[in-house]
Parts: sequence; structure tokens; C-alpha cells
Amino acid sequence: MNVGTRKILDRSFTAVGIGSIVVMGIALLIVIVPIVFNGMGSVFFTGTIEHRNMLYNEFGKGNSDVLARENAAAGAYRREIYSMLSKFEAELESMEPEKQQELRAQYGPVRTALQALFGPLPGDPEAVLTRYKYGQTRWDKAQEKLHEFLYEAKWDYSDPNAMAKEYFVSRAAGFEGTSLVKLFPYVEKNLDRLLRPEFTVYWGFLTDSSVDSHIFGGIWPEIQGTFFLAVGAMLFAFPLGVIAAVYFTEYAQDGFFTSMLRSANSTLAGVPSIVFGLFGLAFFINTLKVSESKSVLAGSLTLAIMILPTIIRAAEEAILSVPKTYKEASLSLGSTKWNTIMTVILPAALPGILTGGVISLGRAAGETAPIIFTAAVSVGSAIGLADVFSSPTPALSWNIYNLASEHEAAAEIRHVQYGMVLALVGIVLLLNLSAILLRARISKKLKG
Amino acid sequence: MQMTADGRETSSKEPVKTATRDIYLPSERKKISGGGTPHVQAKDFSIYYGEFEAVKKVNADILSKYVTAIIGPSGCGKSTFLRAINRMNDLISSCRTTGALLFDGEDIYGKFTDEVLLRKKIGMVFQKPNPFPKSIFDNIAYGPRLHGMNDRKQLAEVVERSLRKAALWDEVSDRLDRNALGLSGGQQQRLCVARALAVEPEILLLDEPTSALDPKATAKIEDLIQELRGSYTIMIVTHNMQQASRVSDYTMFFYEGVLVEYAPTAQLFTNPKDRMTEDYITGRFS
Repeated sequence: MNVGTRKILDRSFTAVGIGSIVVMGIALLIVIVPIVFNGMGSVFFTGTIEHRNMLYNEFGKGNSDVLARENAAAGAYRREIYSMLSKFEAELESMEPEKQQELRAQYGPVRTALQALFGPLPGDPEAVLTRYKYGQTRWDKAQEKLHEFLYEAKWDYSDPNAMAKEYFVSRAAGFEGTSLVKLFPYVEKNLDRLLRPEFTVYWGFLTDSSVDSHIFGGIWPEIQGTFFLAVGAMLFAFPLGVIAAVYFTEYAQDGFFTSMLRSANSTLAGVPSIVFGLFGLAFFINTLKVSESKSVLAGSLTLAIMILPTIIRAAEEAILSVPKTYKEASLSLGSTKWNTIMTVILPAALPGILTGGVISLGRAAGETAPIIFTAAVSVGSAIGLADVFSSPTPALSWNIYNLASEHEAAAEIRHVQYGMVLALVGIVLLLNLSAILLRARISKKLKG
Repeated sequence: MQMTADGRETSSKEPVKTATRDIYLPSERKKISGGGTPHVQAKDFSIYYGEFEAVKKVNADILSKYVTAIIGPSGCGKSTFLRAINRMNDLISSCRTTGALLFDGEDIYGKFTDEVLLRKKIGMVFQKPNPFPKSIFDNIAYGPRLHGMNDRKQLAEVVERSLRKAALWDEVSDRLDRNALGLSGGQQQRLCVARALAVEPEILLLDEPTSALDPKATAKIEDLIQELRGSYTIMIVTHNMQQASRVSDYTMFFYEGVLVEYAPTAQLFTNPKDRMTEDYITGRFS
């Protein structure tokens, strides 16, 4: 091969390498940017007076005097709407039955849209669910709701070969000739006076309990549950894993039994996590009965079994990478094997062992399948430390799935889902970062 | 056949500490008192790696307080023999021995021998400097701590004494809390000697202690061996025949696992009895 060809090959390989890294970076960016942007939106957003009312009534946060003044100002504009409604209802009564029926059919959705914007209207029965007690708490959502209020969505099925098309019809047109026709421009024009949008920093999203199954955010129980589960898994798996790794590297004789154990460990690492979930249910809850039903303890044990192989392997690698000369030096000074392991080998292997441990911790925090059957509930309050042996807990990973697919108002609370995803990504990132820092610190200490 | 080295030096001249190598001339070496008894005795001692016989039926007495060098080409079993003395070969699972190897008359490979106690009495320094990734102080104090010394003041004394013996005290006394891996290669090796001395062994085994060091650091280690000579029984494996002739009182020549010749160093290098030895020390093979 001549020099020219070799250079071209080298360069094209470099290009391919850089290219693949760039592609990966772009893909990551495409995923991360919306998560970060929308996730931040669950804490930093333009909130309406409904948000402030909700905070004051449910959590007792906010200044009551200011809030009362704001409510009075918004109320003045809202009363205009209510009087239009009652005027129109009176008009309805005096219409001929056919016209009345037609208008009532159109009037229902209008009221629903208004309720979504401003909360219960006068004459509505008292709301049972918290979500119906308040109007739109977020300004961006309010604008969507305004559109729904102004226009009716209809579907065009005229072309049987194509998908149906959505199109919008102005609701105002349907009420032509009645007094209600004035309501639509009024609401559109005065929406900001009716809802009083204001930039809001809602730390309570992270630190409050959820109100009415996450409609208003509040993901502290999930964060805490994730923390309990991951740390619990670590408490079981880390010591066991390190002991197993010490056994494999220092004590086990090469033989059939050891190679069986090793391949069992590798197999365990490759088992799908849902299988661990079912195993946890069958073994820890049904057979061992560590708890009556789902509990943090059962979930932690299941997660521990899942991350054990990773920890063992990482610790094994770390111990094997300790120079043999350390061991020789220690033994030649009259140290016992046990002492050598405890005072020389494990301290030198610590950075590697810790890195493996924290990566596993991150994995335990993020796994969904193992906790579905063993620990997770969709909605619940934060549990105390004493309850971990008996109570299940909400957890971020499970609730992200739950909110995205099973929640009855999934489409309404996308921002909460994004907030949870960002919280989980943030927690895992923080754990990994702390692992890197810890490792650097210990390595520096070891290298001098 | 029991091979015993004889002809001990009787020079009365005090050694003169100079920068030259001349102080190692046998006639100028310091006199040794109280040594010369068999400290380690090999009797038909063989070492096997699996089926391979790495050391073949060695018979030799290593004399206390003297420096004994082991030379020979690569793979001749000299390191294996040295490591057998403090049972470092135990780390290799396929390794086994026959015959007897006695330390102060007790069988090193005996059924009831505690290898931990044995290693405490027989210290070792390895080919590559291998300080622990700990502070200098903790490196030296490692052995004493293992054997139950916890008093900080006592430990400090041992550390100072060991470092002084290893001629390292002046260089590191102001940075005992620094990591030992920050020292130069030669300093690290002397630290390893100090670490071995801290547990107060009777025998010091040196397994090619200067092969990873530059000439200057090598000279310091050789100086150190001369300082320790007379206080400890020292065995040194070396590839460097000049080194063997400079530092040792007796020399063993191994070839393919057989102890070919064992004699006072001066005699072995000037008037070897065996043809093989002559060929080796004159550089006809290596």
C-alpha cells in the first residue's frame, strides 16, 4: 500500500469516526432539548390567577390580600360573562322549541369550554374533583382552551381514500342573532384581564405532593420514592456484589463450579428487567412474604437482584486491575490474605468499584419494569422512612409511563410528564456526575 | 552433596565511605561479627510448576549476616528459588516443592508452618518498586500496624528508624504525609526496603532490586546493601554480574534449575571451578 492510499484511508476513517459521533450528538440533542425545554416549563411558566388561587387554597401559599384584590379585578370582567350567559339563558326560554333545542346543543360545549378556562360557572354544582374547581392555571394552556372556545373542531370525511381532515368552525356563527354572539369577541379580547397571566416560578412542582393525580404537578412523592428504591437497592446489592467479586477474584479456584457461577452471573446480567419484576412478585412477595403486598422493600430487593451482576462485574474488573505487586508487597510484609484484601486491594480498587456502583444506582433509579409489580403505585403521598417495609410508593419511572399512557387526562398534563422526565434525567445525571467527581478525588489521592 | 561456602574475609580495615565503587572491594568491607551460621538450608530442594521442574535438587547453606548473590541466565530458576524462601510462590497454584528448605532449622514448607509469621521474618523487595498508593508514613507503618503497633509515637519512631536505615530519611523527612507514588523510582525502591525493614526481618530477599532503576539510583541501592550487610542476612538476585561481584560475599550460579556453583564471590569470579560458570561470567552465553 503506498503512502497516498494510506493517508486517504486514514483520513476517511477519521471522517467516518467524527461523523458517527456527530450523528449521535445530534440525535441526543433532538431528544434532550425538548425534554429540558418542556421540563423547565413545568417549573418556569406564565401562570394565571387560577394557579395562584389553587396554590393558596390547596397549599396555603401566597398573599391573601393581593390575591383578593386580583380576584376582585378579574371578577369584574368575569361577571360580565356570567351576566351574558344568564341573559342568553333567559332568551332561550322564550324561543320556539326547535330553535331552542338546536341552540342548547351548541350552548353545552360553550359552557364546557368556559369552565375549562375560568373554573365553575354560577349555578354549577360544587366540583368534587380538585381539577374542576379551578380554571386554566397555565397561560399557554389557556390559549389552547380559548381556541377551543372560539372554534368548534369538525372532521371532513368527504374523501373516503384519505384520512379525515380536521377543520374549525367559528362558534359565534352558530349564535347569530342572539345576545350570546357578543360573548366570543369579549372573551378573546379580555382573556388576559380575566386570567391575569404572570411569570411564575413554581418550585412546588418538585417539592409538593400531587393534587388530584398530578393535574397540577407536585412530584415530590415520586422523587422521594425513586430515591428510596434506588438507595434501598444499593444497600442490598453493593455489599453483596463487592463480597462476591472478592470471592471470585481472590478465593475461587478455577474449576467447573466457579465457571458455572461466572456464567450464571453473566446470564443474570442479560435477563430482561420485566422478568425480574415478575420474579420479585413471585419470590419476595408471594413466597417470602417480605410484605403484605407491594412495598418499597420488595421493590428494592428486586432492583438489587437486577443490578447485582453489574456491580459484581464492575468490582471484579476493578479488583483485577489492582497491580499484583501491591498484593505481593503486602503479603511479603507478613500480612494475611484477608488483611491484604481489606487494607490494600479494596482501597486501591475503590474508584472502579464506586463507579460501577453509582452507574448501577442510576440504573436502579430509572428502571420501570421491576417495580411495576413490586413497589410502584400511580398516585400516593410521600411515605415516611418507617413505612418502607410495608407501603408501596409512587416512583418517577413508573409515573412517567403512567402519565403518558394510562392517565385519564394524559393529553392535558404533558408538561407534568416532561417535568418528571427532566427530574429523572437530572437525578441520574447528578448521580453520574457525583460518581465522576468521587472517582477523580480518590484516584488523585491514590496517585499522589 | 552439601555445598558449603567457606573462606570468610578477615579484613580489619574499616570501610571508607567514598563516592567510588572501591568501598566494595572485599578487603575493604566492614567486618561482620556473629554471623556465618547457616540461616537458610536447602536439602535436595526442588520446585515444580505443574510437571516442569524449575529448581532441581538444590543443596546449599545460606550464611547469616552475609550477602549472597544469585546469578544466572533468564529462566534459570534463580527468582523462583528466592521467592520460595518466603513462600511467595504460594500465589501460583500449580507450584509445589519437594525436599526440604529450612529456616533456622525449621521446615519452611512444613505442615504447621505459618507462612504469615515466616514472611514477617523474611522480608522481600521486588524487581519493580511497588509502594502502596498511600502516604510515605503509611507505607512504612503498614507492616508494624499489621502486627499490632498502633501507638502513633511508637510508629513514628519505627518509621524514622527504618527510613534512616534505608538512607531515605534526609530526602523525605519533611513530606512523610505525601503519597509515596510521587517519589522517584530509586527513592521508591529504597522506600520498599525501608518498608521491609520496618517489620524487623532477619532475612532480606532482593529480587533484581535495581533492574528498573537508573545507574545513580542503582548505586544508592548498592550503598544501602553495604550498610545493611552485617545486620541482616541478604540474598540478592541479579542479572548484573558486576553488581554481584561488588555487593556480595557469596555467589550462587544457577543454570537451568541446577545450582552449578556456590562459592565466595571473589573465588567464583576469579577462579570458577565449573566450566559452565566460567563461560557465563566471561560472557560466552547469557
